[in-house]
Amino acid sequence: MAIINEVIKQKPGYKLHIVNTGKYKTNTFVWKMKAPLQKETVTKRSLFPYVLQSNTKNYPSTTVLRSYLDDLYGASLFVDLSKKGEYHIITFTLEIANEKFLTDPAPLLEKGMGLLAEVLFDPNASEDSFDASTVNNEKRTLKQRIQSSRDDKMRYSANRLVEEMCKNEPYALDPNGELEEIDAITPESLYQYYQQALLEDELDFYVIGDVQEGEVETAADKLFKLQDRTPQISSETAKKEINEVNEVIERQDIKQGKLNIGYRTNIVYGDSKYYALQMFNGIFGGFSHSKLFINVREKASLAYYASARIESHKGLLMVMSGIENKNYDQAVTIIKEQMEAMKKGDFTEDEISQTKAVIRNQMLETIDIARGLVEILYHGVVSGVPVQMDEWLEKTDAITHSEIVEAAQEIELDTIYFLTGMEGQ
Amino acid sequence: MEKIPFAQLDEELYYEKMDNGLSVYILPKKGFNKTYATFTTKYGSIDNHFKPLNEDESIQVPDGIAHFLEHKLFEKADGDVFQQFSKQGASANAFTSFTRTAYLFSSTSDVEKNLETLIDFVQDPYFTEKTVEKEKGIIGQEINMYDDNPDWRLYFGLIENMFKSHPVKIDIAGTIPSIAEITDKLLYKCYETFYHPSNMLLFVVGPVDVEQIMNQIRDNQSKKDYKDQPEIERSFPDEPVEVAEKRKVLNMNVQTSKCLLGIKAIDTEQTGNDMLKNELAVNVLLDMLFGKSTKTYEELYNAGLIDQTFSYDYTQEFGFGFAMIGGDTDNPDQLEEKLRGYLLAAKNGGSISEDALSRTKKKKIGAFLRALNSPEYIANQFTRYSFNEMNLFDVLPVLEQISIEDIKNTASRLIDESRMTVCQVVPK
Repeated sequence: MAIINEVIKQKPGYKLHIVNTGKYKTNTFVWKMKAPLQKETVTKRSLFPYVLQSNTKNYPSTTVLRSYLDDLYGASLFVDLSKKGEYHIITFTLEIANEKFLTDPAPLLEKGMGLLAEVLFDPNASEDSFDASTVNNEKRTLKQRIQSSRDDKMRYSANRLVEEMCKNEPYALDPNGELEEIDAITPESLYQYYQQALLEDELDFYVIGDVQEGEVETAADKLFKLQDRTPQISSETAKKEINEVNEVIERQDIKQGKLNIGYRTNIVYGDSKYYALQMFNGIFGGFSHSKLFINVREKASLAYYASARIESHKGLLMVMSGIENKNYDQAVTIIKEQMEAMKKGDFTEDEISQTKAVIRNQMLETIDIARGLVEILYHGVVSGVPVQMDEWLEKTDAITHSEIVEAAQEIELDTIYFLTGMEGQ
Repeated sequence: MEKIPFAQLDEELYYEKMDNGLSVYILPKKGFNKTYATFTTKYGSIDNHFKPLNEDESIQVPDGIAHFLEHKLFEKADGDVFQQFSKQGASANAFTSFTRTAYLFSSTSDVEKNLETLIDFVQDPYFTEKTVEKEKGIIGQEINMYDDNPDWRLYFGLIENMFKSHPVKIDIAGTIPSIAEITDKLLYKCYETFYHPSNMLLFVVGPVDVEQIMNQIRDNQSKKDYKDQPEIERSFPDEPVEVAEKRKVLNMNVQTSKCLLGIKAIDTEQTGNDMLKNELAVNVLLDMLFGKSTKTYEELYNAGLIDQTFSYDYTQEFGFGFAMIGGDTDNPDQLEEKLRGYLLAAKNGGSISEDALSRTKKKKIGAFLRALNSPEYIANQFTRYSFNEMNLFDVLPVLEQISIEDIKNTASRLIDESRMTVCQVVPK
């Protein structure tokens, strides 16, 4: 039996994905909207989902909408924005109790789906405009959200690295939008863009839980009326030629320096070398047995955190560590040495088997969480190569030392970014 | 072994107390890949004044030592326990709170081996002068990381405002000067006192064979030579009822201001069902006053005083407790004034209606079911409840019983001007 039992049905305008499993006490609905990441649309896309989740035609204020959610046994509803490769992804999630655990047997599945459909397709709007006060409120909180994300210095420095590294590439854009673009948006222009997104975005709807396939399909057919479309493809960015490593030092009033180093992996999900790259990252920096943790933290006592992660669709590898400002050179040297060691194949069969075991464990744990499961399956939508979990695990397990070294040869240092204190200024 | 069924929730819990006093709970979860286990001692950052095992005088230990001990337990003569776990495909971690230190792993294979590793590493300390010194650099960076985090500074700033002497006001990781005083000998003293099995609880949740796991734990414990240990004597200073400071403003390198209002709780000597009921009633009350479905939330949101970061929370442990309300705001002074006003009105019954109560109860029931999808939530919360003589699985029945009178009483007891305090973070 396959590890994940995903049924996919092509519907007019969207794909319906059903995963039937008895392990949860709730049912989870996830609605995904995908379009190329672009400066012209990124801010509108980061605003209209918040307008939609504030209120709807039949629940025209936050108070009435949220009261209804409370009445549905505290159904949770939230939106999230992210980027995968050069795509901007909007995610709506609604999670609702499975009535079989309640003393009140009122059926919640269809109510939950109905409410999500209402949020998506029946906004509090006139013929050509969203409700103006809702839009103004959400413009204000969007500004606040962007500003306060800069106050979290770990996040700020991670974003700054990407901005520096991917200058002139769409990937440099923040999926939460651009501060300067917010004021110009009107309730009318936003509504117009929302309708355009419903017509043009690639749409996927996931239903996870103890559900009947037929029941879900009937409800979806009734609730979601969309038109067929050809999803837009993000324009290919040419492979970046790195002539010189870009070193950026920024100063702010902070205690701990945040060191972020970006590499180009030149390997993305769907490439034959992807599984070897994942193994590379596991040995290099993904876990607490990895080279970065051992050498930066345990041996040199320079940091509390020192790790690396890969961006699977853009082909980036990013190292992050928090260090004493004065230890910059030492930390950079150690990290570069570990990368060199990887390229030379200086890692053991033990490290390989350890990393395989941990990756397998991480994947299996992720799919125990409904939303984690959706994120894994959605890799298939973004890359166009459907995810077969069993195959993913098998291929990872078969990776050899020389395949990891081969993947390592593709990796190039691009940018070193350091956010440091004001000392010595 | 005792079996405790919860039919409505479709769960069965198994319990056994080992001969050495260790409490063991197992909750089988069908369909899950992951097994999650926590091994927790009732020992946290507040336990800094106690009588060490076999000594006559109480001692005061450096701030941050419980957390330091947590870090150091992972290191052994032959290396790092993280390595062992990852060889067995597990991911391991630990955390220290005000009242607990928990060690944990999750894994989807080799569960027996990983469980053995978990129990054995926690029950076999190895502290040396050299390894203790090395850790000071790492924890120093952990402290600096939190120092740069405005939300953490706001949270701890508010707790410092509330308490004059209670050690809950001490940062869990300590300070760079306080951890400098920690030695291997002091670590052993704390370890011997607080890591006896009778002060600990082991929780396993996942797709496991209950009999087999219980046998394994029984065997493991019977091989170890634990002597009975007297009750631990902990001392806490007298703490006044009112807050220590009414207001504090922290100037930080931020663009957005933050404001939190706190209420220092009373009735914190409760345990068992009284505590469970009080804790649930306060949580329901806060939801009725500030939840997203309230008029209050909408007013604050439309007035531009709050955004999605707005939240509220209640913490109660034996000997201390507090409620907190707030978030990011453009106008911290105005938000502070509004929150104060709503709370004082609620003290006299404002915003407390039958309608809101029944809606909030439904919401809490759904939230509890959602939480039961999470093995982490079950193991950690069950342990916390158990250390306070409560049962996690009593949440639904006790919640059902809460009446409008209970909520009114809770509001009138909890809310008091003299126990309110505010902390703000504003741009430099």
